[in-house]
Amino acid sequence: MTFKTILLATAAMVSAALPLSAAHADTSGKKIALSNNYAGNSWRQAMLTSWDKVTKEAVAAKTVAAADAFTTSENQATEQAAQIQNMILQGYDAIVLNAASPTALNGAVKAACDAGIVVVSFDGIVNEPCAWRIAVNFKEMGRSQVEYLAKRMPEGGNLLEIRGLAGVFVDDEISAGIHEGVAKYPQFKIVGSVHGDWAQDVAQKAVAGILPSLPDVAAVVTQGGDGYGAAQAFEAAGRKTPLIIMGNREDELQWWKKQKDANGYETMSVSIAPGVSTLAFWVAQQILDGKEVKKDLTVPFLRIDQGNLEDNLKNTQKGGVANVEYSQADAEKVIAGAK
Amino acid sequence: MRFRLSPDHIRILIPFVSLAVLLAAVFWLQPRAMSYMGLNLLLNLAVPIALATIAQMLVIAVNDLDLSIGTFVSFAACVTAVYMPEQPLLGIVILAAAIGAYALMGLVIHLRDLPSIVVTLGMSFVWGGLAVLLLPSPGGQAPEWLRTVMTAATPFVPMAVVASAIIALVAHLVVMRSTLGVALRGVGGNARSVSRAGWSVARIKVAAYALSGLFSVLSGMALVGLTTSADANIALRYTLLSIAGVILGGGEFTGGRVSPVGAVVGALTLTLAGSFLSFLRISPDWQIGAQGAVLIVVLGLRLIFSRREA
Repeated sequence: MTFKTILLATAAMVSAALPLSAAHADTSGKKIALSNNYAGNSWRQAMLTSWDKVTKEAVAAKTVAAADAFTTSENQATEQAAQIQNMILQGYDAIVLNAASPTALNGAVKAACDAGIVVVSFDGIVNEPCAWRIAVNFKEMGRSQVEYLAKRMPEGGNLLEIRGLAGVFVDDEISAGIHEGVAKYPQFKIVGSVHGDWAQDVAQKAVAGILPSLPDVAAVVTQGGDGYGAAQAFEAAGRKTPLIIMGNREDELQWWKKQKDANGYETMSVSIAPGVSTLAFWVAQQILDGKEVKKDLTVPFLRIDQGNLEDNLKNTQKGGVANVEYSQADAEKVIAGAK
Repeated sequence: MRFRLSPDHIRILIPFVSLAVLLAAVFWLQPRAMSYMGLNLLLNLAVPIALATIAQMLVIAVNDLDLSIGTFVSFAACVTAVYMPEQPLLGIVILAAAIGAYALMGLVIHLRDLPSIVVTLGMSFVWGGLAVLLLPSPGGQAPEWLRTVMTAATPFVPMAVVASAIIALVAHLVVMRSTLGVALRGVGGNARSVSRAGWSVARIKVAAYALSGLFSVLSGMALVGLTTSADANIALRYTLLSIAGVILGGGEFTGGRVSPVGAVVGALTLTLAGSFLSFLRISPDWQIGAQGAVLIVVLGLRLIFSRREA
């Protein structure tokens, strides 16, 4: 083969590839950055580990050129705004963002959009209209608990509600969802409500305090991080353990497993997987790929049932929270679901 | 004949040299920054920090220290974002009242001979509380004119640089060239001699705190102009940044020795140091430490030079 034929063949190949790349923008040369405001708890640590794991594979597979993670040192909006402006200078094509403030980064986000950069916010979302948002539907998280209970106990019963930290938006939303669910299934009645602050020890104390004044409790609806404490309180009071909805924490799953093995205890567990950062990564990749994506997407819940308890427990670190990493296909499903 | 630099010259020069070195390092790491847009992106968030640094410098000039600047700037930002677009008059009244409160705080500190650190630390909770009351959840909006000013496309030199130069010039004129400025630094240097010369130290301190309040309000407004909306915790970092900026810029905690131009340069240096570390890809666990190291190196340099000359 002469040099000329090689050249011709290459030209033919390139021209054959051209129509393809026109329909599908290639993302192998694109760089994506993660701007994260905080890394000081196990959820955020798992989030960063998931990002690292999934993006490393994506970079190795040449799906994207780079996917670097940056965390601000002090969880301050002004610092994160500067970080985003630095990313613009560093020439990233997309910025995946877990924001310190829904509003205080808008100037920097707008500057990024104006520079032609795709901004995808998740978990801590921003309300600048040019950015994409992958938000958690906390209301639905509350409602799904009552829906599950309605299936498990059609005759209904008394509910004890454990709420989160008072005055926090997430607490209001989940609780509103639970109350919506109870309105839909009037066979349930909330007989007591305490604040567990998403911490097992606080929840245990709060439940122990209210228990003596409560009639028979059929089930406990929760917000995550409080199910194990509630179980301990019921046990200490010598009362029959009700159906307690769990929140994917390792100690909760561990307790559930023990009960399941001992007496066939049945419940479900629901929360948001820290791996949602990888979902945001794939959504950003899909946008760079030229896909049409709605600005507002919803994070799927990670729900654990009787059947997949053991598998999830195996993959959950001690003291951590059940996690799942998302794939490109998962992102496509979420994008399609929003239309 | 050898030209010898006096310690005072060195005190003024070091901030400029550190800024130049850092700027060169940033350009080397990220050549894209060497452009109109690049410089603006690098430095525009330094504008509110520079204003807050000047505010802090005015208080340091009279031998006090203000630990409430961060929360006060946040409060001013919240007032701006909540009231300025719809009811500008009410917004201005509130901000003016806040400046009045600052002046009053200066008077109380002087009359009762209270430690400024304690009073301002206490006030920081008041400002923080007011900001949360005003804006319980992040929001509000920057008035259109403010947005226009902060994103103005100035000819040849980006807005961030022009604004910094103007702030430095105004502060220089007020502190170094005006009668009030002389009295102010005099109080920091030797309050007794100032009062023996027939000045009212109380009045000078009130003026210092009022001016400081004014610059803090400007800082909050500039910040909202950049971010487009506010958050009750938006500027908490400014307390420490402003103190570091003053010291980095050649100021000293005692003796009324401050440099307005240096303070602005110090604010720019601190902002650049953050970008520099980010471009270096230093892990966040080390970043606070690295920022501290940059500070210590610059201050250490100053100490070495001034010792040698002394």
